Amino acid sequence: MELAEFDHHADIPGTTIFDGRMAMKGYALNKMCYSFNAAEARAEYLRDPEAYFDKFGLNDEQKAACRAKNVLAMIAAGGNIYYLAKFAGIYKLSVQDVGAQQTGVTTEEFKQKLLDAGKK
Amino acid sequence: MARIIGGITTSHIPAVGNAIAQGLFEDPYWKPFFDGYPPVHEWLAKNKPDVVINIYNDHGLGFFLDKMPTFAIGAAHEYRNEDEGWGIPQLPPFPGAPELSWHIIEGMVADEFDITSCQELAVDHGFTVPMQLFWPGLTDNPDMPPAIPISANTVQHPIPTLNRALAFGRSLRRAVLSYPKDLKVVVLGTGGLSHQLDGERAGFINREFDEYCMDKIVTDPDALTKISRMELVEKAGAQGTEFLMWMMMRGALGDKVNLLHSNYHIPISNTGAGTMLLECVD
Repeated sequence: MELAEFDHHADIPGTTIFDGRMAMKGYALNKMCYSFNAAEARAEYLRDPEAYFDKFGLNDEQKAACRAKNVLAMIAAGGNIYYLAKFAGIYKLSVQDVGAQQTGVTTEEFKQKLLDAGKK
Repeated sequence: MARIIGGITTSHIPAVGNAIAQGLFEDPYWKPFFDGYPPVHEWLAKNKPDVVINIYNDHGLGFFLDKMPTFAIGAAHEYRNEDEGWGIPQLPPFPGAPELSWHIIEGMVADEFDITSCQELAVDHGFTVPMQLFWPGLTDNPDMPPAIPISANTVQHPIPTLNRALAFGRSLRRAVLSYPKDLKVVVLGTGGLSHQLDGERAGFINREFDEYCMDKIVTDPDALTKISRMELVEKAGAQGTEFLMWMMMRGALGDKVNLLHSNYHIPISNTGAGTMLLECVD
């Protein structure tokens, strides 16, 4: 099979396909977020976030995205949503808060959009 | 000989665990979802499976990107959950069925299905929420059977094709049916249905596609293998790829099944939530 036949470069608007390319790009960021499964790691991060970024070797783009708690920027820097969810958890952000931030609406508006989807 | 008596699908959204802990069964938001479960409880009480094979996808607890198995089978004496970064309560350990696990591993690898075996595996909400939904009280519930977790990769592309997921289930069925002990086995397919958590498309839900999948998975699962992985991302949302777990379950049920119960509700959290109870005919 020719590589061109593979469909992994399909363009789905508003969607980043987390493939090997993104996995390489985001490895340090995702590894840091994976560490947050442990409560002691979350405490260590909160004591000194900058030191924790360096411990995992985050690059400048990843650090800036984390400082801003900007989920779209974290995804662009190679973040995978399943690991980023653990970063969001430290700041008590729900998946609706995260969805609202990414789509530029309030959390209440985002929740309403989900309820509206049930009425169709 | 062991036999597979049926399959049950459910969404495994983390918020469900919180709702159970808070007893929100009659809450207006939750009632249409929880109302889908009593018929499943009745069926389980009547049929009392000896083992549950719980097919779910790990979400970054049991596996990281350093080593990402496409298909992993638990072979441990027990399985523990963790707080996952959100402070999820520690649950009592889930008893395993390692003898059957190893029989399945032997059988599937001999069948040329190369899988990863796990003698330690932290199980996340994808595994624990369905157990909480189907066997309320968990270890306090005398009917909760020992479990075998099976996890498929939907974290990182390339994910398995729908065709491969269905074939996995069929190979799993052959392995279980060749087990010499008389055991009744139920298979769970958890996750989905349509949802997307990441990107500007976050909040995407697709009722029409979910209903198509819930129809075809009963009558003609092979028709679903024509859906490409990117088409699945497009139509089910980036995390709707969890539908692969349903395909794996369906393959394990044999060619013909009876649909005993079905429920679908939008939204639970960001998700179109589907519950189905399928009884094996053969």
